[in-house]
Amino acid sequence: MEPIKTFRSRTVVLPSTNIDTDQIIPARFLTTTTRQGLGKQLFSDWRYNADGSPKPDFVLNRPEAVGCQVLVGGKNFGCGSSREHAPWALIDFGFRAIISTEIADIFRNNSLKNGLLPVVVDDATSRWLMDNPGAEVEIDLDRTTLRLPTAVEVPFTVEAFARYCLLNGVDELGFLLGKQAEIHDYERKRA
Amino acid sequence: MPKTMFEKVWEQHEVVPETADTPAVLFIDLHLIHEVTSPQAFAMLKERGLKVRRPDLTLATMDHSTPTKTEQVFGGAPITIEAAAKQIQRLEQNCAEFGVELLGLQNSLRGIVHIIGAELGITQPGGTVVCGDSHTSTHGAFGTLAFGIGTTEVAHVLATQCLLQRKPQTFAINVAGTLHAGVTAKDLVLAIIGKIGVSGGTGHVLEYRGDAIRALDMDQRMTVCNMSIEAGARAGMIAPDETTYAYLQDKPRVPQGEQWERALERWKKLPTEAGARFDREIAMDASVLEPMITYGTNPGMVMPITGSIPNRKDDPVFDKALAYMGLEAGAPLQDRPVNVVFLGSCTNARLSDLRSAAAVLRGRKIAKGVRMLVVPGSQEVKRAAEAEGLDRVFIDAGADWRESGCSMCIGMNGDLVGRGEYSVSTSNRNFEGRQGIGARTLLASPLTAAASAVRGRVTDPREFLTG
Repeated sequence: MEPIKTFRSRTVVLPSTNIDTDQIIPARFLTTTTRQGLGKQLFSDWRYNADGSPKPDFVLNRPEAVGCQVLVGGKNFGCGSSREHAPWALIDFGFRAIISTEIADIFRNNSLKNGLLPVVVDDATSRWLMDNPGAEVEIDLDRTTLRLPTAVEVPFTVEAFARYCLLNGVDELGFLLGKQAEIHDYERKRA
Repeated sequence: MPKTMFEKVWEQHEVVPETADTPAVLFIDLHLIHEVTSPQAFAMLKERGLKVRRPDLTLATMDHSTPTKTEQVFGGAPITIEAAAKQIQRLEQNCAEFGVELLGLQNSLRGIVHIIGAELGITQPGGTVVCGDSHTSTHGAFGTLAFGIGTTEVAHVLATQCLLQRKPQTFAINVAGTLHAGVTAKDLVLAIIGKIGVSGGTGHVLEYRGDAIRALDMDQRMTVCNMSIEAGARAGMIAPDETTYAYLQDKPRVPQGEQWERALERWKKLPTEAGARFDREIAMDASVLEPMITYGTNPGMVMPITGSIPNRKDDPVFDKALAYMGLEAGAPLQDRPVNVVFLGSCTNARLSDLRSAAAVLRGRKIAKGVRMLVVPGSQEVKRAAEAEGLDRVFIDAGADWRESGCSMCIGMNGDLVGRGEYSVSTSNRNFEGRQGIGARTLLASPLTAAASAVRGRVTDPREFLTG
């Protein structure tokens, strides 16, 4: 995986709370056996009409959404199903970070494994971002800060090991495979 | 210091404890896999030339995208959705290549992954169980630490039998009192979610405790633990007791003879010790609960069936949910017409669920215009139900009796609710589009589902209680 340090982007705002992974990528698209290409089905039922035409009012269909890498969502983003297809679809669309006041556990884990940054902020910051869609923000993973255009810097936390892996392009499976001796010992003691 | 059950299970599975810099390496006793969240994980192993470390601790089945029509499962009729058929084939290939036991489409032990674990007796107290499915929390009913994982983590477990995990916090749900007749484990867990909210359990492992929990049988305990994820929890657990041991005793894959005695000794040490501290606690009284039903687009939007949809001022998300559902704040749900009734899913498709619905349907017909689908949770449940004639009760009532699978809970196999239709469903998620594009799901118990099927309207099942 490519290391992540700092990036700047405008935001897209989806103010709904409890955006579940069934909305992010509906189950009928989970028959795929690859990780690529899910971006066109991202938020499919919110994004397209029954005839497949895009809904012009939906925020991801608007011209200002093009090139945005940061999605601001309401509380409890990514709840529900454990499908990793949700971060795969968000990444395939072009997102690199999700900002919310709360991010569901499994979705957060899945996102970190794929280089999609879950950024949990306080209510006031969330409100400001909701009120200012399209704001250009800077996310610094090394310092774990979110910088708003107002020059306000908001700290956020990322699990220490996930942060280390993302900053250095280290792969977690490689780390686990490095623990073979310990795993073997554990298995032997329990047998 | 006294320990909680979760802490004991966690500590017994630490291969390497966590530090400030690194998560714990946690050993997994049972890895369940299915066709939808495993293909990319096997691909990750292939890319690196890795093997499955412990095929003996890995079991595969197919349930999410599998057909439920008998002619498609056993009769050689083509599977409707081509991509689903390919995904099923891919699992067969992967299991053969990596030496993983597969309970395939026509296997007599196949079923919803969270139903067969208990049936086979491989879900055991004090163990760790993971699966690429959020309803893995079901297995916690046995005092097991069980949680859903993503596909990358599925690859981690396949390759190393371990996961990198931060220790979650603990949350005791103390439920006193007794459930009244007509009020089920499903109603209880919906009430719990209504109380703590759909993210109330985030970062926590729940432990359900108290007299009301102890009184539940294993099927009911699984229903409660199953929906822990709908409160955002990492997992849900119930301490093992005589009910647990009696359930497990005759299951095919439990330890035998002296090993059973030794296992029992270990399991009896699991329950949370007196004085152990939970990070959070709440108390509830089961005696005041009524049958529950959801009215919105997440399981926390729930109310007693006799109630009215709440009013929330200046809440556009709430308004959007009601608009999707075609419902109005302040209105009752009872007596609203129903189009579809689904009895199934890892929440409520065990034998006792089918029995309770059949008790309402016996000698009755489902209302004209209502389509009812009954999908047993496993082939074993199906056989047991047929042995006592439950299939005839459902068929005679006018319902469709199917082969096992996730079916209309997730709608991946073509079992769908139509746009704008109302479905009273015994499943676990009423998210927008979950049962089909534009489908409107009302989550409820098997009793409420059956009563609503008979009347063709949302119905309080207590109307059907005899005696």
